[in-house]
Amino acid sequence: MNALQHKYAKDIEKVLAKYPADRKQSAVMPLLYIAQRDGGYVTKQDLVEIGEILDMSTTEVASIVGFYTLYHDQPAGTYRIQVCTDLSCALRGADEFLENLCENVGIKVGETTEDGLVTIEAVMCLAGCDKAPMFQVQSPEGIEYHENQTVESTLALIESWKQEKED
Amino acid sequence: MAEQKVTGHHILLRHRDIPEIGEFEVYTAQGGFETFKKVVTTMEPEAIKQLVLDSGLRGRGGAGFPTGRKWMFVDDNNWPHYLVVNADESEPGTFKDREIMSKNPWQFLEGIMCSAFAIGANDIYIYLRGEFWQIAHELDRQIEKLHAESLLGEKLFGTDYALNIYTHLGAGAYICGEETALLNSIEGIMGQPRLRPPFPPAVGLYGKPTVVNNVETLANVALILEKGAAWYRSFGTAESAGTKVFSLSGRVKKPGNYELPLGTTYRQLIYEYGGGIMGDGKIKGIMSAGASSAVIVATDEVLDTPMAYESVPSLGADLGSASVIILDETVDMRWLINKTIDFFKHESCGKCTPCREGTFWMQKLTTRIASGDAGEADVELLHNVAKNMQGKCLCALGEFSTMAVASSIERFSEDFKV
Repeated sequence: MNALQHKYAKDIEKVLAKYPADRKQSAVMPLLYIAQRDGGYVTKQDLVEIGEILDMSTTEVASIVGFYTLYHDQPAGTYRIQVCTDLSCALRGADEFLENLCENVGIKVGETTEDGLVTIEAVMCLAGCDKAPMFQVQSPEGIEYHENQTVESTLALIESWKQEKED
Repeated sequence: MAEQKVTGHHILLRHRDIPEIGEFEVYTAQGGFETFKKVVTTMEPEAIKQLVLDSGLRGRGGAGFPTGRKWMFVDDNNWPHYLVVNADESEPGTFKDREIMSKNPWQFLEGIMCSAFAIGANDIYIYLRGEFWQIAHELDRQIEKLHAESLLGEKLFGTDYALNIYTHLGAGAYICGEETALLNSIEGIMGQPRLRPPFPPAVGLYGKPTVVNNVETLANVALILEKGAAWYRSFGTAESAGTKVFSLSGRVKKPGNYELPLGTTYRQLIYEYGGGIMGDGKIKGIMSAGASSAVIVATDEVLDTPMAYESVPSLGADLGSASVIILDETVDMRWLINKTIDFFKHESCGKCTPCREGTFWMQKLTTRIASGDAGEADVELLHNVAKNMQGKCLCALGEFSTMAVASSIERFSEDFKV
């Protein structure tokens, strides 16, 4: 039993039960989400361990991490603010929102704040086109939508995370 | 007029008429899951397929294929069968399935359960885009509730029928909305499209006969089976039966989802429901099917065109998923095509050369054109690249990427004058 199995035995078992016994590889995506709960990114060791659990090569597991945007192989801020700047949102001011937000937070798109709390990213359509500007927050706890946003409301959200961290 | 029947009488967005319908008890008080029981205990799968075919229901994911017909393609000499629900909603401009699943989940679930019985499937996978993390967790709880209520599991209603539902989260890849890429994604390999034929009803998930249907399509099914094909056909047009959730976005005053009978005109959607153009400006163009759509010049004639599968093609576009993006006169088409190409370049899966290389070069060209540094030859080259990709890509994504580019250059030539 490897470290991942040791730590998340029940969750892994639950995931594997979703797929036919001879189709374990189907569990690779859910297992990557489980691995990402620690630290918000997938480590090389996670690739090896998921490969062991599912009878996949490390390279095969890595190909999945590389293919999808919600898996990360590098650490970033605890909270990734992922702003949609796709067509519909851009028609409602998403590009300006992102620019102003970055200016106020003092980082560029793709960068992380010095305290390691926040990364701001531009992402593709999030299916929230009628409520732009909008973003999702990806954190070890999961993904949460924030719609009809302003720079002020977003700064307040970041402030609430800071308070939470200090408490 | 058909649309008056629907006011205060939604079929899909029923939570707008019955706000608490997301609660199990409220849904069952409306007769919820009675249809599923009737289906399992008294109906033959063939009769259900025929009824759905007769209702005229067509695939709401974009292709508009008759749902009952697709179900009839399922190979009955190869078992088990799977039902896979496409909840990968990722087309820029599309946000209807998200509302249906989060606000009217039980009707969606009853619809997929009835559909699974019709095609002889005992297992349903709901493939949700990874961003729908919260919805997937809600659905997991709702599925548990259905087990607790003996509406899922073994020997349902004392018959030999068994049914289970599983959610599977994607992780941010538009291409997984393409049904064979989606199946690969569930199988744990990269979400790239398969060569077709064979189509999924013959060889699908794990090599078994599989029906892949969109969320909105299946959310209709329980009510169709309850009220009948003629009832469903009383909405919409002869070739486009029923209602459709139109996702309206862009430069309108009241963007949002509007469930209206198919055949409603663009003018009604934009001005009556959407409140007209932001700042009372002038409308310039319409994208009828999200970012993958050709752009239509919004003339009076276009505005009076019915939004139906058979009518929109006459405008040089498609109804598709009916994600209507409105462009006003503030929109520079050079900027617009650069936006759509940024999306498709990012989402191209890299499997086939025309799409991988074509979107790469189109991004370079549209970036230069949008910056104002381009000459006439660049616009010509861009048009040439787009046209040469058409008909040569492995799946629809590559084709989609060219639609806004080619149509904008052809129909909005003023914007491209150097």
